[in-house]
Order: sequence, then C-alpha cells, then structure tokens
Amino acid sequence: MAWKIFLFILLTFVLIAGISFPIVENPKVWYQFPLIPGLKENAKIIFFHVPSAWLAVIGFLMSTIYSIKYLRKKNLDDDAKSYSAAQLGLIFCILATITGAVWAKFAWGSFWSWDPRQTSIFALLLIYGAWFALRSSIESEDKRATLSAVYSIIAFVTVPFFVFIMPRIMDGLHPGSADDKVTPGGGPIVDFRMNDSMLVIFFLSLIGFTILYYWMWKIGYKSLLYKEKLNKKLIRG
Amino acid sequence: MNKYYLLAEDISKKFGRRLIFNGLNFEYNHNGIYGIAGINGSGKSTLIKIIAGIISPSSGKVIHKLDDKVIEEEKLHNYVGFVAPYLIMYEEFSAWENLTHISKIRGIEFNKELFNSLLNDFLLIKRKNDLVKTYSSGMKQRLKFIFALMHSPKILLMDEPTSNLDDEGKETVYRIVNREGKNKIIVIASNERTDLDMCSTKIELEDYKK
Amino acid sequence: MKPYALFKKDYHSELRTRYAINSLTMFIIVALSVILFSIGNEKVPQNLTGGLLWVVIFFSAMSGLSRAFVSEEERGTSLILHLIAAPTTIFNGKLLFNLILVFLMNIVITILYSALFEEFIIRNFLLFFLTFILSNIGLAIASTIIAAIISKAGAKGTLYPVLSFPILLPLILISVMLTSYSMIGASFADAKMGLAVLVSYDVIMLTVSYMLFDFIWKD
Repeated sequence: MAWKIFLFILLTFVLIAGISFPIVENPKVWYQFPLIPGLKENAKIIFFHVPSAWLAVIGFLMSTIYSIKYLRKKNLDDDAKSYSAAQLGLIFCILATITGAVWAKFAWGSFWSWDPRQTSIFALLLIYGAWFALRSSIESEDKRATLSAVYSIIAFVTVPFFVFIMPRIMDGLHPGSADDKVTPGGGPIVDFRMNDSMLVIFFLSLIGFTILYYWMWKIGYKSLLYKEKLNKKLIRG
Repeated sequence: MNKYYLLAEDISKKFGRRLIFNGLNFEYNHNGIYGIAGINGSGKSTLIKIIAGIISPSSGKVIHKLDDKVIEEEKLHNYVGFVAPYLIMYEEFSAWENLTHISKIRGIEFNKELFNSLLNDFLLIKRKNDLVKTYSSGMKQRLKFIFALMHSPKILLMDEPTSNLDDEGKETVYRIVNREGKNKIIVIASNERTDLDMCSTKIELEDYKK
Repeated sequence: MKPYALFKKDYHSELRTRYAINSLTMFIIVALSVILFSIGNEKVPQNLTGGLLWVVIFFSAMSGLSRAFVSEEERGTSLILHLIAAPTTIFNGKLLFNLILVFLMNIVITILYSALFEEFIIRNFLLFFLTFILSNIGLAIASTIIAAIISKAGAKGTLYPVLSFPILLPLILISVMLTSYSMIGASFADAKMGLAVLVSYDVIMLTVSYMLFDFIWKD
C-alpha cells in the first residue's frame, strides 16, 4: 500500500512540476528550467512524451522476453504476461504518437512529416497492430501463444534498424537526428542539454511512469489468469 | 537383425489447459504388434503423432533407440513409417510421381523394384500413372501404406489402418502387418476389434485421464 | 540436395496447378496499369518512380509468396513433409522456391517498369544491381518465415501483408533510398552505409528464421 501512495505523490509532483515550472534564459532558482534553442516552451513535453515512448518500447521488450520464455517452457502463464505487456505497450505507443504529433505541429509546423523517429514509432504501432491481428485469428491457445511469440521475436529484431540505424542514415527533424546541428552525428538517446533540476524531474517522471506501468502490467496479467480460471470453472459446471 | 527400442517416459499432453492424457509409460523392446485403444476423442491420434515426433508432448519424453543408439529427433523421420486417415498425398501428382518426389526429398535411393512390388501388393500397379485426384478413398488409403513402407522403416505407426478399405484391402493390410511385425515394431491405434486382435499388448487411453 | 528435391517437387506442382504464377502475373499487370492510369499524361518526378517500383514489388510479393507454405497447409499435405524431412530441409527448400520466385518476379517487374516509365533511369547501374540482389534476398527470407506463420494461423490471405509490412519496412525504406541514390548517380561511398544495412538485415533475418522455424513447424 505504501508504495502506491508514494507513486501517487511522485506522479502528482512530476505533473505539477513538469507543467508549471517556468522556462527562463538563465536559470537562477532551482525550480527554473533553461531555455533550449529550438525547443523553447515546447521542451516540457519531454516529461510526458519520452516516458510514453520509453514504455511503448519497454512493453514490446517485455512482451518479447516473455515470448522467449514461453517458447522455452511452454507455460501459458508466460503468454498471458506477454499479452498484458503488449496491451500496455500499445496504449503507451498510441500516447507517444499523439503527444509527439501534437508537439510536432507546434515545433515543425505539421502533425506528421515522416521524420525517422516518427517512422519508427509508426512501425512499432504497425507491429503491435499486426501482433494483435495475428492473435485474434488463431483459435487454439497453444498455437496462438507459439505463433505470436515467434512473430514478436521476428519483429523485435527489426527494432534496431528503426532505433539505431534509420535516424543516422536518413535526415530528420527530431532532436538527436543525423543533421541536428547542435549534436552532430546524432544518436539513439537525445542529448537534451537540460539543467540539473530539469534532469531530476525528467528521471523522476521516467521512474514514476515505469512503476505505474509495472503495476498496471501485474493487474493486467493477473486478471487474465483469473478470467481463464473462471472460464474453466464455468465450462466444467 | 536390427534391435529397435521404444520408450515413453511419463508423457502427458495438454491442448491449451485441457488435459488429453497424463502419466503414460510404456516400453517396447521386442518386435511385434502393439495396440492403442480408446474411444473417439480420447487422444489416440495425438499419442501416435507424439510417438512419430510430429508434435511434442507437454511433459515427459519418447525415446527411440536402434541398436542401443538413441535416434536424434532431427533424423527420426528416416526410421518411422506412418499411416493415418488425415495423411494426404499430393493430389496433383500420380502415385508414381508422389513416390519419386518423396524418395528424393527423403534423400533415399529410388528403388524401382521395391516400389513396383509394393504397388503390386496393394493392387495399385495398374493405376500407378493416374493422378491421385482420380483415386477412390480406399485406393488413397492403400497408397499411404506404400508411402509408409517405401523407405524400409524400422518402426511402423498406424492410425486406423483399415479405415476406408474393403475386405480385400483389409486382408492385404493384415497380411502385410503380420509379415512386417516379425522384424519391426508396429504400433496400431484403432477402434476396430479386428485391428486390435492382432496386437499382443494394448494401452487403454481411458486409464490415463487423471 | 534434399532442399533442392523439395524445390523440384514444388516447381513440378506449380507447373501442374499454377497456384502462384497466375496470380503473380496478373497482380503485376494490375498494379502497373493502376499506376499508369492514375498518372495519365502527367510528368512524374524522378524520385517518385523509384519509390513506386518498390510499391509494385511489395504488393506483388504479398500476392504470391505465401503460397509456399499455405498451399501445403490448405491441402493438408504438410504432414507428409513432417514425415519425410527435417525442419531445416523444409525451410531451405521453401526458401529456395521463394528466392527464385522473387528474382523472376522482380526481374519482370523491373524490365516492364523501365519500359513503361521514361523517367525511371538508372545512372549508377552497379549500385542498383547490388541493391536489387540484396533486397530480393531479404524479401524472400522474410516472406518465407511469415508465410510459415500464417499457414498455421486461421485467416490466411488477409493477414499476410499485415504481418509482413512492419517486418519488411526497414528493407523497403533502405531499398527506396538506395534506388533513388542509384537514379541520381551517387557514388558507392555515399551508399556504403545503406548497403551494409541491407546485408545485416539479410543475415539477421536468416538467423532468426532458422532459430524459430522449428517452433512454427512443430505444433
């Protein structure tokens, strides 16, 4: 119970701090954020957009890890865990896409411009979509678990192409792209040139959202297992 | 003379969370004919597929040994002959073309005399160049026996071997099963009394439901 | 040798039934004519023609390449394959069949395409040739393993492009980029990175496919 209250306080603080702390040119007090050229007031989105994108990837990663586990042990509980992780991953993937697009409207002038990072999150959405479509087309539980596990592993190996390679060889607008003038060379993790207080809140937000994700994931797969038990009982009468 | 040894160690199979059978143990180390009995839907076909290595058991394992050497899973198909109603031959080819393609994919020598004598045994020699599409279901069933025997397997697995066959066809099958049973292990899963009467021991699948 | 025998069986069967070839040929014609109609008499920007080529290739591939496994599964003959060959043999044979089909299909598409679109001019031919070969290999590998997955799933035809597209997306994006490079006559130094990515895509896909095929094949 204690950690739930802690999580509540943490997320409330992140929410208030992230939205209300002012951005000034030369921060003097601890609660002031620095002005980042090119991002300005829009920079505040990183407290919400980056954790969503992070969780979209974490969801996919966890789903793949449990898929591998399923293929090794053939335990259907692992499939439920993988499914629950992917469900949450899809939700956060949609959130990241929308927050990113809204931000892009103000920063780059249009909702969508096929920046490599937009392309990769779009690909992630497609992978999630295809994965759920595959699952819904298979009746037998074992087959569904095996085939979707195999598919998620195949999809997973394409991720490095999107995350590490595309942004480097294709020109992009996103902070941290190949032709970003402030950080030449680009890279998978964006160097935001934040000050300490901004970094602290950013990481608090990441931690808070990750705990939230973990909590939701646990509830998700447990409810799946209960549902199956209940179904079995109802069938047996 | 080859000595074949088949061992099932505590195998169980679940489909999803539904149990098919549990704690199944058997050991066949003499040549002969062995039976698997059970009502419809009791898992006879599942068990015979597990023995053939087509599907894997949920727990436990099946061990095939030839002359005290364990046969690897990858190579098991070279030693197993398999007949079942749900086995379907390539309908767009003739019987002869089926046999040529299959022997090449297996990587065995194309043995013309053996194939001709098998076709002769199973009364298909006259129709060997007709497309399988045009065969009756009984003829297709007889073709499956030729398929199962074409690579001189060391163990024969048969799921309802006499389904779709007329009396003459059944006679042929029994004759050949009794002949082959002298020098290899034959496992028959069936409901037919006459099929099971040939078997020396029987597994009743109903005994392994809990 | 055994995979080659499986390929010969599929080839023979294809000659009898014309499962893949007919739909593929028609699809190429339909896709090309739709593009031609929609363009009409307009002048197409050069870099667009390079992209459209890959649109035609992707959709044609989706119409024919799933046949390798789906036809076995639909007719119930996959049990025979289980009984006569090891999983790697099966995968190699089917991959060989798809590789040859992809190369034939794409050679036809490219020839037709360069005849029909005047703007489609390759200036660095060697670069285009390398791109063509590497991406065809990748296309064949990815489509073979996805075909294996959908052959075991329920909804067969409709799901194939849905499952394949995200997997093929990196390949298609890089190929489009390299094609436009070869159309503007860029040097190999510029395209080095792209080609390296294509090679690594092929290698990674092949490795993963071999690792996972057993799980798909054994139900």
